[in-house]
Amino acid sequence: MAKAEPWQAAEIPGPAKALVITKPEVVVAMVRRARRPILIVGHEAAETDLGGERAVDHLIRVARAGKIPVVATAHILGEFLKRRFRPAASMSAVDIANRLRDPGWKGLDGKGPYDLALIAGVPYPMGWVILSGLKHFSGLRTVSMDPYYHPQASWSFPNLSREEWEKHLKAVGEKLGGK
Amino acid sequence: MSKKAAVVRVKELETDIGVLRDLELSVGRIFEEAWAEPVGPTPYPSLTALREWDLRLLQRYQPFYMPFCDVCCLCTFGKCDLTGDRRGACGLNMAAQQSRIVLLACCIGAATHIGHARHLVEHLIERFGRACPIDVGGMNVEVEAPITRLVCGIRPKTLGDLEDVLDYLEGQVTHLLSATHTGQEGSNLDFESKVLHAGMVDHVGLEVADIAQVSAYGFPKADPEAPLTEIGFGVADISKPVILVIGHNVPSSVGIIDYLTDRGLYGDVEVVGICCTAHDMTRYSPRAKIVGPISWQLRFIRSGIPDLIVVDEQCIRADTLVEAQRVRAPVIASSEKNCLGLPNRTESSPDEAVADLVQGKVPGVLILDPERVGEVAVRTVLEVAPRREKFKVIPEVEEIVEAAKRCTVCRDCQRACPNSLPIPAAVKAAAGGDLRPLAGLLDGCVGCARCESACPNDLPLHSFMVKAAEESLKGERFKIRVGRGAIQDVEIRNVGGPIVLGEIPGVIALVGCANYPHGGGEVAEIAEEFARRRYIVTATGCAAMSMAMQKDEEGKTIYERHPGAFDAGGVINVGSCVANAHIAGAAIKIASIFARRSLRGNYEEIADYVLNRVGAVGVAWGAMSQKAAAIASGFWRLGVPVIVGPHGSKYRRLLLGRKDREEDWYVYDARTGGKVYAGPAPEHLFYAAETKEEAMVMIAKLCMRPNDTTRGRAVKLTHYIDLHRRLYGALPDDIPLYVRTAADIPLTMKDEILGILKERKWKEGRIPDPTLLPRLIRKRVE
Repeated sequence: MAKAEPWQAAEIPGPAKALVITKPEVVVAMVRRARRPILIVGHEAAETDLGGERAVDHLIRVARAGKIPVVATAHILGEFLKRRFRPAASMSAVDIANRLRDPGWKGLDGKGPYDLALIAGVPYPMGWVILSGLKHFSGLRTVSMDPYYHPQASWSFPNLSREEWEKHLKAVGEKLGGK
Repeated sequence: MSKKAAVVRVKELETDIGVLRDLELSVGRIFEEAWAEPVGPTPYPSLTALREWDLRLLQRYQPFYMPFCDVCCLCTFGKCDLTGDRRGACGLNMAAQQSRIVLLACCIGAATHIGHARHLVEHLIERFGRACPIDVGGMNVEVEAPITRLVCGIRPKTLGDLEDVLDYLEGQVTHLLSATHTGQEGSNLDFESKVLHAGMVDHVGLEVADIAQVSAYGFPKADPEAPLTEIGFGVADISKPVILVIGHNVPSSVGIIDYLTDRGLYGDVEVVGICCTAHDMTRYSPRAKIVGPISWQLRFIRSGIPDLIVVDEQCIRADTLVEAQRVRAPVIASSEKNCLGLPNRTESSPDEAVADLVQGKVPGVLILDPERVGEVAVRTVLEVAPRREKFKVIPEVEEIVEAAKRCTVCRDCQRACPNSLPIPAAVKAAAGGDLRPLAGLLDGCVGCARCESACPNDLPLHSFMVKAAEESLKGERFKIRVGRGAIQDVEIRNVGGPIVLGEIPGVIALVGCANYPHGGGEVAEIAEEFARRRYIVTATGCAAMSMAMQKDEEGKTIYERHPGAFDAGGVINVGSCVANAHIAGAAIKIASIFARRSLRGNYEEIADYVLNRVGAVGVAWGAMSQKAAAIASGFWRLGVPVIVGPHGSKYRRLLLGRKDREEDWYVYDARTGGKVYAGPAPEHLFYAAETKEEAMVMIAKLCMRPNDTTRGRAVKLTHYIDLHRRLYGALPDDIPLYVRTAADIPLTMKDEILGILKERKWKEGRIPDPTLLPRLIRKRVE
């Protein structure tokens, strides 16, 4: 497997570290294999410029292409609604994580637990501990879609430039949509 | 006041029924007879006395653990990998290990406050005598020590009485800490119960410290009109010698001010402070000034403005001596807890210490006598200042531009920055002569200088920012109201009803450190929003400072715009960290003074009252320290939820409710004994918000309580819905959970909400007389 360093250099998790996503097809395959994926989008996605758009625009395309329900965390529900996209829920990052670690939770639609959580846009240190909570206290596979290596996830992109990140997100969206 | 450990020994006693030899009677504590209030069930509670209450809370607000790392490295069995369901060599699993770490943090915090209190009480007894009366508000404050009354079951009358309380607290912290040893506690929930116990004893320690200093030093005594003083980087008159004090424990600062005052020198020397010592200094003398919160340390020292630095204890940068030496400012360490490797000159003559410091023979001295600190500090600064000529280590613009050209944009600085500030881009701009991006970083900078440590080219990046923002820093002068101390009993009488009934929508406590995700301006914004909405906004510590550091168009700060009374729309600087006791105390006094519940050793009942009736929320937006963890846990046990900023998630454990689990939100109706669904109020006990907007909405929501009257609930719902709509761009989806009866619906939103309720098949409920405690039920269901 490729090696990667945590974005914040001192964040060393221990023996269990995320596998590095070297190409977007890995994400596509995981989403396709998943029975019940979910995408959690934090507020930074609505603030981060990416190729003339915001990161949230790319993530919406990923969600649409993969038919993945979205949880908008923090206060960014309105950002989605402005883009004529209704998330499955507006819920805080810690609330959705707390539900995901509960094996008895039936999901936002009541149809059963999720088996894959994709996460992007939550501030790095907060994302770090949330992913850690899921790593240790749930059977969920997690994928960090941020341009930072998140070793507490099951899978993560390495530290990426904005250009690389944009390219990867675009590719995930396109390939999930069958292009 | 109680007396402890009364022992009666009788060698030989002849009675009608026989002869008793070597009789020994030992009584743990004798409680004051003169106090009519009966002793409740848990005076001086042990580690397990309130365990049932804790478990009730923890059943509803279950811990969500978020480990920093996968391993435990606390003993030589380890390191042990605790990933997933693995156990360590000692048998502990990850959940228990995380709660153990939380307990360790809270023990550190509680020990720090209690140690602080012990030092203060001993020093004040030495100076003012054991019989010095406790007086925190004269005739206006009869309940002088609500937390101590509640927890210990005593009424402290004098400084001497506080020693007894401290004995108890020190014992509890020792027991709590011992529970974290390998092979002790094994259950995460029992660790959590002990966390809550640590928080409770921490609160008593806070109270002891603050009522002692308020009483003996004559700080403002529950004064809503405490004077305004100055705060900001630019407050010091740099034409004068400047003494900077940093820390939390005020006696050495008092020593300085007394020495200056006694010798008529106060006009010749500036005394300024950083962190809570600064708060307490200004409570002692409004002529003292505050530079800013904890994160202002490096920027101010490096600016060369301080000619001498006095440190006491807590939250002081460990490299203060190194930084002081760089600007040629001598240091006086004044606490046993923070000696900085300096020679102890407590017993030497002040002449020698002054001479050594002035001549630079030593970079600093340790002096453990506050009065002597005062003399040495003043005499030294008067001699050192003219020689130093405000020597600074902030580079000039040209130097920055040249140095910036050495930047390789490796991004190590950004990866070391807690807030991932875009430092490389700013340095790149500086290399081209544009320093504005560097200046713009300082607002979001927590002042840690990890960027400098990480830089492979040793660029002094924090100093770059300080230079770039120099002009605005120099103009930083704001007004802050001096810490007022306790809340008056009459204020509680006036607002107790409106708070409990929900007509004053809530009491917000903005507390804690300055580890902000985007600078202190967010705290000011939160405070202004809720003050404008006529909540009661209280503040302490660094948060109280950050709130002051914003002006409106008229140049006024929040403390100039809002009254300092504990009333709707008031903005109240209570004081330093230890003054947090008065915020918890106000919640307790509502139960006591307004609702006439007995306080004495009656913790569980009062906490149940607060949880179900007092709409108070703590917000520690920049919480950083173990002390903040202990303070928060004291609020949790008392039934007051706490919100932290995103960095607060690194406390590794939250206490989250689940509004989707209806079964979690039933309370007893004390009138009937029946169980009633009361809705998720308050929804969480310890919560980390990602953004200030999220925090603001959650604050409004967490102020709701099962006991709210329909009018009060309508007011609270109005604020919650209004904030949600404005900040989230839509209505919240959980409105039906908070509407108990149709009368709860805000009039201005009636049609809209009725539509939502109809769509969600909402059914009308009823409003209970809520309690979680079966023993408080007045009439059982047949």
